[in-house]
Amino acid sequence: MSSLSELYQNVILEHNRSPRNYRAMDDDARKAEGHNPMCGDQLTVWVRMGGDVIDDVSFRGAGCAISRASASLMTAAVKGKTRREAEALFDRFRQLVTGTLPAAETETLGKLAVFSGVSAFPVRVKCASLSWHTLKAALDAPPSAPPS
Amino acid sequence: MTATATPALDVERLRKDFPILSQRVRGKPLVYLDNAATSQKPRAVIDAVTRFYSAENANIHRGVHYLSERATLAYDAVRAQVAAFINAAAPSEIVFTRGTTEGINLVANSWARGALRPGDEILLTGMEHHSNIVPWQLVAAQTGAVVRAVPLTDTGELDLNAFDQLLTDRTRLLAVVHLSNALGTINPVRWMIARARERGIVTLVDGAQSAPHLPIDVQALDCDFFAFSGHKVLGPTGVGVLYGRSSLLTAMPPWQGGGDMIETVTLERSTWAAPPARFEAGTPMIAEVIGLGAALAYVESVGRVAIGAWEEELLAYATEQVGEVEGVRLVGTAREKASVLSFVVDGVHPHDVGAVLDDEGVAIRAGHHCAQPVMQRFGVPATARASFAFYNTRAEVGTLVRGLRRVRSVFA
Repeated sequence: MSSLSELYQNVILEHNRSPRNYRAMDDDARKAEGHNPMCGDQLTVWVRMGGDVIDDVSFRGAGCAISRASASLMTAAVKGKTRREAEALFDRFRQLVTGTLPAAETETLGKLAVFSGVSAFPVRVKCASLSWHTLKAALDAPPSAPPS
Repeated sequence: MTATATPALDVERLRKDFPILSQRVRGKPLVYLDNAATSQKPRAVIDAVTRFYSAENANIHRGVHYLSERATLAYDAVRAQVAAFINAAAPSEIVFTRGTTEGINLVANSWARGALRPGDEILLTGMEHHSNIVPWQLVAAQTGAVVRAVPLTDTGELDLNAFDQLLTDRTRLLAVVHLSNALGTINPVRWMIARARERGIVTLVDGAQSAPHLPIDVQALDCDFFAFSGHKVLGPTGVGVLYGRSSLLTAMPPWQGGGDMIETVTLERSTWAAPPARFEAGTPMIAEVIGLGAALAYVESVGRVAIGAWEEELLAYATEQVGEVEGVRLVGTAREKASVLSFVVDGVHPHDVGAVLDDEGVAIRAGHHCAQPVMQRFGVPATARASFAFYNTRAEVGTLVRGLRRVRSVFA
């Protein structure tokens, strides 16, 4: 398989075409905006917490196939996880796309392992990570409206 | 068009002058179509820089020794060469800078900061590179001046009726790009400058893209300032040129202080050297200037008329071929264009277009091209951009087109 088809695996192409959780949430959800000034990508991530658990997460925005598919697969992966579990997943994902994750640990990432090809394209690491950075900012953001 | 017209240039022979062009990338022959970002360098330029460091290196304008004298003469000879290249009235109107960006910042800091008053207007256009927007926003914030911009038509030309209305008694500066890096549009700068000068408005032309592709005559343009970069016209990075009309340069204060730009210095005060030295504080980029001299000599040896004719034919061919690929939409279809072909592919982000083309060995730019207002005007987050130089071939256009068909099939 060429490095290009490693990059654009079918799961990525499919999530790019039909991203999951591609919707805005109401004002009471936490949200954050992410930008990649180098390529003009921008996206918004919304998250709704139930205690320490991510009850719901969604995104919208414009970006390349890697950034869209990454955001889509991220929403599927972190829903129902605690904040701490989601952050630990981000750490391993970052290692995966920068090529520093031990091969034996790749399968702990589940579907996110399809992004292993990104490590051969250093300029695309930012595309793959943008949604994760934005999720982290959303988790840090205060809820937009105080609970009534 | 006559598709079989013989090029006036022997492109295959000229390509051999550029060592980088013969390499393979990703296992394929390199097809370099990112010339608007930076041009490749002929052997003559690489050799000139190597020769300088191997045999001629010394600081200039100081020291009486042999090498320093030689380096000073060589450096100043390039100033005269640049003056001839753009037909400036005198070499003293040529200031060496780091590039177009620094040239524009020099005018913003040295001329505009002192000259502009609250309510004065700086007129730009909607197709400027960020380097011809942001310095004016900074100086506007410092002086209370206001930035205005000429809008674009749907084909990517300037709306000249709007331009006429935007020229007012308050306009003090017209800063306009000659050849748009994002759209390829050649603007009617000579006509615009004449309109501005009727009102006593100072004019600056961003020539970063035009200097490599169009003959430049600053006296015919009648502009006050003209800025360009060496690295886009076959020269090294880190060197550029600001042309300034002598009467303006002489009245402008320095913007950076240091060695080489003074007449006398005491601990209390200093007096300034005459232009251009006044604007070249510190040890300049000597080797790069020498390399720029070799680059301009190379361009002249190929011939700017022949270069223009071949590039025009190549762009017309690429426009036709790329435009025929299903799902491709051209962004920027002005009547007068050069070098640049910007486009989007339905349903595929330009970054992904660039990645697939890269896998075919084709180097293009994908992004906003440091011209975000242009992207906003055309309602796209980014475009893919192929930009041509005289060493590109019809066969390379063919590779680009095949790559675009593959983009369509990968993202079908």
